[in-house]
Amino acid sequence: MNTSGSSRSSELWISSDDVTIASIPTPLALVAELTHRCPLHCVYCSNPTELVRREKELPTEVWARVLKEAAELGVLQVDFTGGEPLARPDLGGLIRSARTAGLYASLITSGLPLDESRLEELADAGLDHVQLSFQGAREESSIEFAGLKAQAHKKLVAEWVKQRRIALTLNFVIHRENVDQLDEMLALTEAIGPSRVEFAHVQYYGWAFVNLARLLPTREQLDRSLEILKSAEERLRGRIRVEYVVPDYYAKFPKPCMGGWGRKVLLITPAGDVLPCHAANILPGMTFENVRDRPLRQIWEESDAFQRFRGEDWMPEPCRGCDRRAQDFGGCRCQAYLLAKDMTVTDPVCSLSPHRGLVNAILEEVNAGSSKGVTPKVDWVYRPSPARS
Amino acid sequence: MRPLPDSRPRLAPGCRLNERSSPTRMLLMPERVLRLNGPSLDIIERCDGQHTVQQIIADLQAVYSKADPPRVESDILEYLGQLQEQRALDFE
Repeated sequence: MNTSGSSRSSELWISSDDVTIASIPTPLALVAELTHRCPLHCVYCSNPTELVRREKELPTEVWARVLKEAAELGVLQVDFTGGEPLARPDLGGLIRSARTAGLYASLITSGLPLDESRLEELADAGLDHVQLSFQGAREESSIEFAGLKAQAHKKLVAEWVKQRRIALTLNFVIHRENVDQLDEMLALTEAIGPSRVEFAHVQYYGWAFVNLARLLPTREQLDRSLEILKSAEERLRGRIRVEYVVPDYYAKFPKPCMGGWGRKVLLITPAGDVLPCHAANILPGMTFENVRDRPLRQIWEESDAFQRFRGEDWMPEPCRGCDRRAQDFGGCRCQAYLLAKDMTVTDPVCSLSPHRGLVNAILEEVNAGSSKGVTPKVDWVYRPSPARS
Repeated sequence: MRPLPDSRPRLAPGCRLNERSSPTRMLLMPERVLRLNGPSLDIIERCDGQHTVQQIIADLQAVYSKADPPRVESDILEYLGQLQEQRALDFE
């Protein structure tokens, strides 16, 4: 019992509950897509297939207001992303606004347009964390999957980031045509020495859905990759935190997409539309409100788009009576729409979904081709730069 | 993972406490946030690259004088180990 100020109870001696971004009910993270402009043209880009033009991008002062509103709403972390967020000359100012509002500021970047003096400016503004994306372990990978030579410069950027004591995450996007380089990626990771590395299997939305036939790994590749990653996680424990995302087409149950619709994360597009995820603007008949027109709190709490799939009332069978409904929230609405052409059904990757056959058919095709030694050779569809008016 | 008694833990790059004035104290780090209670905050505040692990233990055994000292020690070591696994701490 607490009897005096200096001697405290030993009960509940240490409990810091680990609030991963995926587990509490006020919005924790804001994904700020500053621009769709990008020097890369990745075949799995998560940007929508309709890109926002430069003239439609939110100006500095609106972003500054929105960052403050986000912090007041409970958001703790902001991810500045794009496109390539470094394409915005006001990025340093926006990082400063985020820090002033009390937010933790991350930059998600290819590192390509970054030189040392620009990084110095961002560090001065209070940048906390840089996530540097890699297309593979070899130079050919960045050329093939992103349309540009990039590797040597990324290594330099990693060095500069570490020198300034900014947290560094490496992010490898993995898929059928580079998953066999996993050992090389790990060797590159160890040579660079970040505090954290993510191996993110492509998720099939946007440009990745367009290129699915060439990106989805075979079951054999996936199993092998998980084996390698699990042992790397063990080996690097305490030095580099290894995290990975698996392609849910192979899963038995869906992922709790974004931690549930309108529960943890909000995303603002370059034009200011507020979305529950990266892909939601493909959903038919949904309108997303814009931060130019309404305060962020009202949009988060009241807008039709955020209310549409909150809670459980919208859920169909088999979700409605399922024990897992509070764990995965029915899965992903965008995946339901992309695969079953109906955003209101259970995520088709769920083994209980009446539409699971659609996913199985895709898997069969991918795995049949590979067992005969034939990779379906379809051409890559590269995302373009946003059109100019 | 067990830290050495004479090593000096400090917060790893990009890991920081939120503002002192905030109603809930938290450790902010890449893609993750730890909400801190009294003891966990007391420990992290001493991870400044100055205090050794041993000094942190001695300090908190004094602060939490009603708690069993060996228990305080083992809990601190375990907690520091967890933070290291999450790459929230470097040991110098």
